[in-house]
Amino acid sequence: MKRRSFLAAGTSALGLLAAPAVLRAQSSKLKIGTYGGYFQDSFDTHIYPDFTAETGIEVESIGEPTGEAWLVQLQQAARAGQAPADVSMMAQVARIRGERAGLWAPLDTDAIPNIANLPDHFVHGYEDGGVYGTGAVSWYITLVTNTDVYAEPPASWNALWDPANENRLGLLALASNSFLLEITATTHFGGTDILATEEGVLKVMDKLAEVKPNVRLWYRDEGQFQQALETGEIPMGQYYHDVTGLAAADGKPVRSTFPKEGAVLDSGSWVVSKASGAIEASQVFIDYMARPEIQAKLSRFVGTAPTVDRALTDLTDEEFAAVASDIPPILPRYDLYVDRADWVNQKWSELITG
Amino acid sequence: MSAPQKATPGWLAAIPALALGIFFIVPFAIMLSVSVAHRVPGGFFEPGFELASYIRFLSAFFGSILVTSITISAAAAAICVTLAFPFTVFLAGMGRRAQTWILVILLSVLSLSEVIIGFSLSTLLSKTAGVGNLLAWLGILETSRAFTPSLFALLTGMCYLGFPYAVLVLYPPVSRLDPELGEAARTMGASPLRTFFGVTLPLLRAPVLGALVLVFVFTLGVYLLPQVLGRPQHWTLSVHITDQAIFQSNLPFAAAMAVLLLVVTLMLVGLTLLLGRDAGARQ
Repeated sequence: MKRRSFLAAGTSALGLLAAPAVLRAQSSKLKIGTYGGYFQDSFDTHIYPDFTAETGIEVESIGEPTGEAWLVQLQQAARAGQAPADVSMMAQVARIRGERAGLWAPLDTDAIPNIANLPDHFVHGYEDGGVYGTGAVSWYITLVTNTDVYAEPPASWNALWDPANENRLGLLALASNSFLLEITATTHFGGTDILATEEGVLKVMDKLAEVKPNVRLWYRDEGQFQQALETGEIPMGQYYHDVTGLAAADGKPVRSTFPKEGAVLDSGSWVVSKASGAIEASQVFIDYMARPEIQAKLSRFVGTAPTVDRALTDLTDEEFAAVASDIPPILPRYDLYVDRADWVNQKWSELITG
Repeated sequence: MSAPQKATPGWLAAIPALALGIFFIVPFAIMLSVSVAHRVPGGFFEPGFELASYIRFLSAFFGSILVTSITISAAAAAICVTLAFPFTVFLAGMGRRAQTWILVILLSVLSLSEVIIGFSLSTLLSKTAGVGNLLAWLGILETSRAFTPSLFALLTGMCYLGFPYAVLVLYPPVSRLDPELGEAARTMGASPLRTFFGVTLPLLRAPVLGALVLVFVFTLGVYLLPQVLGRPQHWTLSVHITDQAIFQSNLPFAAAMAVLLLVVTLMLVGLTLLLGRDAGARQ
């Protein structure tokens, strides 16, 4: 008798102990990773409060390092069954690498009806057809100049090769984040098809190597270049259209130009770590972010180009021009930086930054 | 009163031994095992044993980067110690108060990170906000110019970083040096310069070598200054290791480069110390 009552008491006590854990799991915050700094601040201000108000899902904002450091961290954490973030914004090369490693959780498209708003290239699936991610934000890398040094904006990417610009350029240091191979191929070889073969890539690299005397800074960190651009220390280069527009709005003497060959359209995508325990809440968030009005809001307040078709949004011509352009973009050949990553990187180090 | 005891209980040695095991030997073993792991193109790496990453390093390209790294660090060490040695000798001759102040200032420099030093120097050496303006105003230059990126800017940054270490290594032996030795040399008619090179310097050969080795090893690991202050031809092996680890997700290759850098460094340090000992034995 005594023993039974003890057991009963024990069981109910265990039940009581377990209950808060269940409650905690339900009310636990959805951890969302975006690039630390400007992106994170913008999402904290413009997106998460409204999302929480509408869905009741609390968000814990995580700042990710740029580059592929975050991918490495997610992978190592997933091996230990941990998810430093449930949903992450990933650059395309990192997204594809994660896909190859099976790092992303498969998603239920029925729970994401707004996925229909996205073009095919912003819906990412495994080879067996299961969807695992969507386009989150897209942005342009354009030709930027200091307006005090250059009274007239340059019209073409050819300005990078102009001998008059000796020791005046700031360019991104890596093949996989500068997309200078695509820019060179489009400007001098009529398009990026030449990059399909290794001989073609080497031809493009030879042409790109001609800009070396003009480059003063090969930068890996955005802050390194932006300050030099604003002071006129390094008055021309490639940079992000959105950030340059914000700096210009702040009164800094900088401008972003869409060259006639087009600007590079890069993007980040939402993916969910397979170690996440919050797949459902993640899907609610991913669906929310694919709404045309949210994409329009991002364009207005964060300065990114909409991932959904422009016609679905209520962006005015002026608002659209601030974040994008009707000039067909240069699309990065991400496969190059995944399938031939080591080869491209080695040749890039030898021929371009060597 | 109890029997005399040893000043330090023996088991205290277990604490640093444990810390060394956990924080140095284990991570190093992980690095070794990653360096022979199989790189999955377009992915990460799988456990395994292959020498592909080491073989990739054996090329003229990476050979020249290794030589560049060693040359730059050796130059930084030589410049640092050349400046730090006479500096420390003068410092030791100053009053107690002045010595304390200067050492405190030097120690506070150690709290500055590579990032702050790099960005400050790139501003100081810039065309728009740097010393170029001052030189132009003084009429030494016709118009302001930038002094960065250049080898000069990079070595300035590395020396800024390494100088306090060199002084801190040299200070204790220099301050303990018996002043009578120098005075004896002077009494026998040696000039101050001859005394410095004939008596002071040879007496301090070991700490000078120690300071050289410390600054050399310390600046070999610097990876931000070459990016901010140097041109691509000055990017050291540490920069390439960072690129492989962070940007290319090629941890096996990054680990292999780090292991090779460590081996080459140990060999050079060993050689330096051996030469120093031989020279001492002959005298």
